[in-house]
Amino acid sequence: MQLCENLFFQKGFNFLLFTDTGQENRGGAFMAIEKTYEEINARIKKGEAVVVTAEEIIGIVAEKGVEQAAREVDVVTTGTFGTMCSSGVFLNFGHTKPRIKMNRVYLNGVPAYGGIAAVDAYLGATALPESDPENRVYPGRFLYGGGHVIEDLVAGKPVKLEATGYGTDCYPRRRIETWITLADINDAILFNPRNAYQNYSVAVNLSNRTIYTYMGVLKPNLGNASFSTSGQLSPLLNDPYYKTIGVGTRIFLGGGIGYVAWHGTQHNPCVPRGENGVPLTGAGTLALIGDLKQMKPEWLRGTSFIGYGASLAVGVGIPIPILNEEILLYTAVKDEDLYAPIQDYSSDYPNREASNLGRVSYAELRSGKITVMGREVPTTPLSSYQKAREIAEILKGWIKSGSFLLTEPVQPLPSVDSGIVLKGLEEKKNNG
Amino acid sequence: MIANKVVLRFASSLVGQPIIYHLVKEYDLVINILKADINPHQEGYVVLELSGDSENYNRGLKYLRDIGVEIEPLSGTIAWNRDRCLQCGACTSFCPVGALQLARPEMEVRFDESKCIVCKSCLDVCMARAVEVRF
Ligand code: SF4
Ligand code: SF4
Repeated sequence: MQLCENLFFQKGFNFLLFTDTGQENRGGAFMAIEKTYEEINARIKKGEAVVVTAEEIIGIVAEKGVEQAAREVDVVTTGTFGTMCSSGVFLNFGHTKPRIKMNRVYLNGVPAYGGIAAVDAYLGATALPESDPENRVYPGRFLYGGGHVIEDLVAGKPVKLEATGYGTDCYPRRRIETWITLADINDAILFNPRNAYQNYSVAVNLSNRTIYTYMGVLKPNLGNASFSTSGQLSPLLNDPYYKTIGVGTRIFLGGGIGYVAWHGTQHNPCVPRGENGVPLTGAGTLALIGDLKQMKPEWLRGTSFIGYGASLAVGVGIPIPILNEEILLYTAVKDEDLYAPIQDYSSDYPNREASNLGRVSYAELRSGKITVMGREVPTTPLSSYQKAREIAEILKGWIKSGSFLLTEPVQPLPSVDSGIVLKGLEEKKNNG
Repeated sequence: MIANKVVLRFASSLVGQPIIYHLVKEYDLVINILKADINPHQEGYVVLELSGDSENYNRGLKYLRDIGVEIEPLSGTIAWNRDRCLQCGACTSFCPVGALQLARPEMEVRFDESKCIVCKSCLDVCMARAVEVRF
């Protein structure tokens, strides 16, 4: 197994933890505070848990120091609200009379994947109606896609279902056209294979024409720099080594309750990390699951990226139990200490080439301008910091009221010792 | 007699020149300035109600074009739908006059219609289609 160099940083970080708090080395037993999930949940049930957001914890640690803050605070809540393309919903429509095995399925004209059981389908956030002009009239508008259907479903609006089948002895029907609502159908399970990216590139355009990307509109000649993160409020930036967030973690998802189902696709923990343990490029990801029926349209919103496509903005909030000082210190990370790489989206990104344009901190990005290649460039945020803060507040309220208990992961996510190497897809002439 | 609302945009080199003065003095146009601003890149924006007899009006417009002023008719107003807005802030880096602005440190997107020059730069960049032109 390939061990990552990051372990070194982890050790270095523990050392920092000492000097930061001014504590003496007590023969290696520096973990003065130890709390269990059970203890924290007992306090939540009694309505006594101290819960603060990942933004509030920064000031608390600065004021009280790590040890006292870890003693006093039980849970830190995080949040993020932005477009996450790898999202979608499994639906079960119920059986028609006579029965149909749905082969092709459309919801408000948007195709869903019907290659599973008779009346099950998966609707992806970026699916587009076959009538959509896409980029034939460039740049396309992508006004309505899978993400918008999901938003309409969650809003309780009637959605047109059209499905065809080829007819079998057990499923003789060949066609159905009807209207459904979220309340009518048996199941709607939001299952997002990749959400909540731990860090992400800053996108710029070095060419001399405007380009239209999933990172938004990028003006020519370094006209702007877009970024998509809630930074110091972002779930995986507050738990860089996945010490509390794992399979089975109960979370805020789309305004309801969801769970971490697995590590997300492209989960890539073995990337270079800073001294604080936080990845310096895109790294960990989460696969999330939850019952769409209890979610809210406010936190699942269809989005249209001109020239790129349709998608879904997803609200995610994850609680971090303060089990010890180390975990607390991770949650106290500030925008100033979080760095993102700058990438050119006119040539480097599309051609899968590395960009060497340096890094910027989230504090700089959030200030409205950064410096790239010696030039001042205005920044374009794509994910809402304000809504991320709102999610962290809502989750805080749920936990404080005793209605949301924390879960201990049933399995940790692959971390820096996993040896994971992210692969590209190579073209092969034959299968040898 | 012609009367129109127009948006003038001009480069930093023209900021500080008495353009309006010339329009009044040499082309005998009646001018009502609705909005004016200079953005952080020192480009000027003026929304005007411009009226005069048609010959003067066209000569006035030609004078403006000749010195490098971009002229566009002002059509419609911009409506910002607060409920549809995702509060991402993307539009604020495209708005030349700060009508759509990201208030710091609240990180809240706000729209000030009185500053808007209806340049429509925000329309395409809004992923939520929360800004619309109303006629
Ligand atoms: S149209 Fe949009 S970008 Fe242009 S000034 Fe008005 S708000 Fe700003
Ligand atoms: S781009 Fe659209 S959604 Fe984002 S802040 Fe502006 S108006 Fe709101």
